[in-house]
Amino acid sequence: MVEAKFLKFDTLSLHAGQHPDPIHGARATPIYQTTSYVFPDVDHAASLFNLERAGHIYSRISNPTVAVFEERMAALEGGVGAIGTASGQASLMLAVLTLMDTGGHIVASRNIYGGSHNLFLHTLPRFGIQTTLVDPRNPDEFRKSILPETRLLFAETIGNPGLEILDIPLVADIAHESGIPLMVDSTFTTPYLMQPFKHGADIIMHSATKWIGGHGIAIGGVLIDSGNFDWEKSGKFPTMTEPYLGYHGLDFVEEFGPSAFVMRARAEGMRDFGACLSPQNAFYLIQGLETLSIRMKRHVENARAIAEFLIEAPEVSWVRYPDLEGHPDKDLAKKLLPNGSGSIVTFGIKSGGGGARKTGAIFIESLEIFSHLANVGDAKSLVIHPASTTHQQMDAEELQAAGVGEEMIRVSVGLEDTADLVSDLRQALRLSQK
Amino acid sequence: MDIDLNGSKVFAHTGGQNFDPSLPVMILIHGAGNNHTFWGMQTRYFAHHGYSVLALDLPGHGQSNGQPLQNISEIASWLWKVIECLRASQVNLVGHSMGSLIALEAAAMHPEKVESLILVGVAERVAVHKDLLRAALDDDPSAYDMITDWGFGKWSHLGGHQVPGLWMQGGSRALLASGSPGVLGCDLVACNEYTQTIEAAKNITCPSLILIGSKDRMTPPAMAENLIKNLVNVEIQTIESTGHMIIVERINETIDIIADFLIRVAT
Repeated sequence: MVEAKFLKFDTLSLHAGQHPDPIHGARATPIYQTTSYVFPDVDHAASLFNLERAGHIYSRISNPTVAVFEERMAALEGGVGAIGTASGQASLMLAVLTLMDTGGHIVASRNIYGGSHNLFLHTLPRFGIQTTLVDPRNPDEFRKSILPETRLLFAETIGNPGLEILDIPLVADIAHESGIPLMVDSTFTTPYLMQPFKHGADIIMHSATKWIGGHGIAIGGVLIDSGNFDWEKSGKFPTMTEPYLGYHGLDFVEEFGPSAFVMRARAEGMRDFGACLSPQNAFYLIQGLETLSIRMKRHVENARAIAEFLIEAPEVSWVRYPDLEGHPDKDLAKKLLPNGSGSIVTFGIKSGGGGARKTGAIFIESLEIFSHLANVGDAKSLVIHPASTTHQQMDAEELQAAGVGEEMIRVSVGLEDTADLVSDLRQALRLSQK
Repeated sequence: MDIDLNGSKVFAHTGGQNFDPSLPVMILIHGAGNNHTFWGMQTRYFAHHGYSVLALDLPGHGQSNGQPLQNISEIASWLWKVIECLRASQVNLVGHSMGSLIALEAAAMHPEKVESLILVGVAERVAVHKDLLRAALDDDPSAYDMITDWGFGKWSHLGGHQVPGLWMQGGSRALLASGSPGVLGCDLVACNEYTQTIEAAKNITCPSLILIGSKDRMTPPAMAENLIKNLVNVEIQTIESTGHMIIVERINETIDIIADFLIRVAT
């Protein structure tokens, strides 16, 4: 039997969405640093505005450089299309506002990035959208928390910072039984480690700032549509299936079929909310994508080596990395993440003389190669104390529920020489206990 | 809009405008396993440029009820029943792939009612590879992959969708996968068994446009030559570096070519 032949991941990560510039022959993706695009005539302009023709109007809505990044991400994830956004958080907000109105409800994992946690629990309620947080390791909690007004199930592929692996096939089935899409934040895994659409997710977001960009130089996000969710059959999403007065009564499912979500998100969300990705940042993110697979392999190798070192370190009380023996999700990680479980390692530092916070502070300030900052996914190794930074707005109960203890240190393992990283950790751990 | 055809719902997308049979009528007929959304922006463009457009969902496809029809002649007869329902006296028929066979057969049935005929991705025989046919009849998703691989030109395998942010292959696969079980297989059998293109072509009297993708692997340009020889008043337009999915691969060019052709036909 003949088999279809598609370009493979590494080829797509270098080429998808871009052909050499037809005018000048530029091989690299040009940075289209322009706000707007000249219309050949009035009719052409009107056709673009009315979604009768394809093309660019204004760079808040679309831009040729950003479009290369979007198309490449859609290709790598296996979706129908993507939208680049100003940040990962802008992607999440864009998805929520595209799917629901006041009165909407979300069921989300409680073990998520602090910014997403705040959005769900403290910001969206101001606009009449409520969220129930659940344990991602207990998929039945997702099922039990679904209400008639629930419009989205949300979780991270690998929880931040607890490193829980989401059982996507199971949670996707729960979502679909209720006619609701499952959206995952795949920032920690990237399409190299996991392609969530293959496991049943319907929408993916990334903070592209992290491993996709990979060098800590550009903020950006991306929202990707699988095209697989049946909005019509669900009957719960009037933004997809009913005439939209903002576009002369356009019905996005009737008009665009499988691309309805991504088209609505762009047509309304980028026009009205406007959290667009800049062409300069899109260019940086494209450079990151071109080396994604070789970087991720090295990230994973180093992360495994660091985790193994930490297990043996006498100053460390526990180590969390999904590939390790004893991690509660090890089998799931093996199934869903055959190329590795990312490059975040968390561990508990044994309390020295002045308590956990002070010990952690001494450790972090003693590191010489690891940088203390609020980011992950850089080529350089990074470290942070989540309880006092990224998850600072959580109270003690929320921290406990999210698995963030005061002794927890989060390490984002970079691409440096493994021995140098181990050596740096060793000396800082020793100093922390004095 | 929903059309009641003897109690069975036929869905036609009208591109955001109400259907008005007093305007020139354009009927868009999709290919195997697809539905009206395949035409995307073309529907909206022509609906806002002086035509009453009906992008149909064939029976059993998209939002139309019923089972898919078994052969091209049967679908062409069904098409005329829909047109009669709408009281349209003259129509412009536009078909892609299987849709082009339906348009050709329908035009041959009632040449006097056809203002113009536009065939996109057509050949004298639309022979279906046995492995694709088997997979489609088995509702095996590998059929979607084969059509997506062979349907798009090599240039398009790298992307370059004219709608910012869309990925052609993802869209094609998702659209095929959205169909009901059995539909794609039934359509491909209908394509494979249709051998009447030349006889049909000899009956056509209206101006015809054949729109060809230079890198079409499913209906290669050379396989349209004999069909073209048997059409009177035929115009051929070839788009370079384009495969079988011309409508998706070259949205703006197809709009321009079809619009220009229709203006010349009308004058």
